[in-house]
Amino acid sequence: MAAAVSPAHDPAGDRDRSGSPDPAPKGRAKADSASPPASRPASEPAAQPPRAVLEGPDINRALMRIAHEILERTKGAEDVVLLGIPTRGAPLAARLARYIEQFEGAKVPHGSLDVTMYRDDLRLRPARALGATRLPSCGIDDRLVVLVDDVLFSGRTVRAALDALSDLGRPRAVQLAALVDRGHRELPIRADYVGKNLPTAKSETVKVYLEEVDGRDAVVLIKRERA
Amino acid sequence: MNRHLISAADLTKDDALLILDTAEELAAVSERSVKKLPTLRGRTVVNLFFEDSTRTRISFEAAAKRLSADVINFSARGSSVSKGESLKDTALTLEAMGADAVVIRHRASGAPHRLAHWVRGSVLNAGDGTHEHPTQALLDAFTMRRRLGGIEGRRVTIVGDVLHSRVARSNVLLLNTLGAEVTLVAPPTLLPVAVHTWPCQVSYDLDAVLPKSDVVMMLRVQRERMNAAYFPSTREYSRRYGLDADRLARLPEDALVMHPGPMNRGVEIAAEVADSPRSTVVEQVTNGVTIRMAVLYLLLGGAV
Repeated sequence: MAAAVSPAHDPAGDRDRSGSPDPAPKGRAKADSASPPASRPASEPAAQPPRAVLEGPDINRALMRIAHEILERTKGAEDVVLLGIPTRGAPLAARLARYIEQFEGAKVPHGSLDVTMYRDDLRLRPARALGATRLPSCGIDDRLVVLVDDVLFSGRTVRAALDALSDLGRPRAVQLAALVDRGHRELPIRADYVGKNLPTAKSETVKVYLEEVDGRDAVVLIKRERA
Repeated sequence: MNRHLISAADLTKDDALLILDTAEELAAVSERSVKKLPTLRGRTVVNLFFEDSTRTRISFEAAAKRLSADVINFSARGSSVSKGESLKDTALTLEAMGADAVVIRHRASGAPHRLAHWVRGSVLNAGDGTHEHPTQALLDAFTMRRRLGGIEGRRVTIVGDVLHSRVARSNVLLLNTLGAEVTLVAPPTLLPVAVHTWPCQVSYDLDAVLPKSDVVMMLRVQRERMNAAYFPSTREYSRRYGLDADRLARLPEDALVMHPGPMNRGVEIAAEVADSPRSTVVEQVTNGVTIRMAVLYLLLGGAV
């Protein structure tokens, strides 16, 4: 497993409770599959004030570390392809590619892989809009594909991504990078690279905000009181 | 979005854009080696065709199969319909077989609307009489958007047998929703009585309209529906309303020539025009599968 940041070492946690800007921005934020509608405003009576677990610089530091780990584990990232899972995995994959190029000058192809059509919970909600699938021109055959997602939770998204991949080609190997691992796996899936291990209760929601999508960087934990 | 797709008028601008955007992402599926998605596994789509059709039926069948749905094809010929079974009894039979969606083509306008009251699944209109053909309008809009980059503000001219055309009505309604300016050009005898209530312009002079068109859509002269003389002779029709090479030259350089098919070469469209690089006829067929995948996914893919 990738190096985990211990939950105690979390300067952002308490700092945020007193007077950071309202962490619930306008627009849709991705929550993980088991959570209630993502648009739920953080200021709803049932919710406690949310707390930012990672702020902008923390996110980039975590990504830089992951970039180093990818370089180390793949011995220079020569045949690596980074595929982000929309919405927020895609910009994360692009950032990782940028860091890897900064550190070692290696150009790593990156793209996005939408898994909506492969999800196992499609019938639980109304049909949703599809994200973009953009494979780099080199394709994925015989490459080492690193899937990139913002939050690793039940593992169902990754399961869907593995199915989607096998319809697109045959990678040499597949690895998984997640900015946040919040636990509560429902499938035998683990991440190879983790930005932050975040112990959560199942009733909580983890939201990731990224500059490219939401106009700012933050990872926010929203606690909900039992209704 | 509605549970059924019976008229292009049922679609709001957001619905229509969602379908086009979904199709944009699904288009890539037709280009990869595994042309299949598991999304509709275990769902049943019935193609109920009371009228002859090549491309629409095959297109719906391919779309449903690419989404892993089970497809049952039903054509009126060789079925109990030829023994006099009514639409309602046919519908109840399908219902008993557990159809999640019924794709219907029928010579009577309004048949899909009736059917929607009898079955629990989604009803998709694949052409009813002279009324509507919404997936054709969607695939036309999709083709225009892919070629021209956008539909808003574009000038679309629809030429020919508007009276018998379900394609024309659906296109006028959808293109209006999407912000295009539509002009119908036809002999007065081939325009419906209520055409002034449609959200479009009407002209009788093709040559005047052509230079101002971004898209020209030629309609088939539907002889099988004509029970009277609507124009003096085919030759005269084709001289006044047919698209030949001379007229093609009057179009702006990047304008598209569309035809929903099947074409009467030499009547509404000259063979050299139909085969020119500006004609999107073949592309429209490819896009038909994609747009029908998008519609099937959006109607059947989510919670019921």
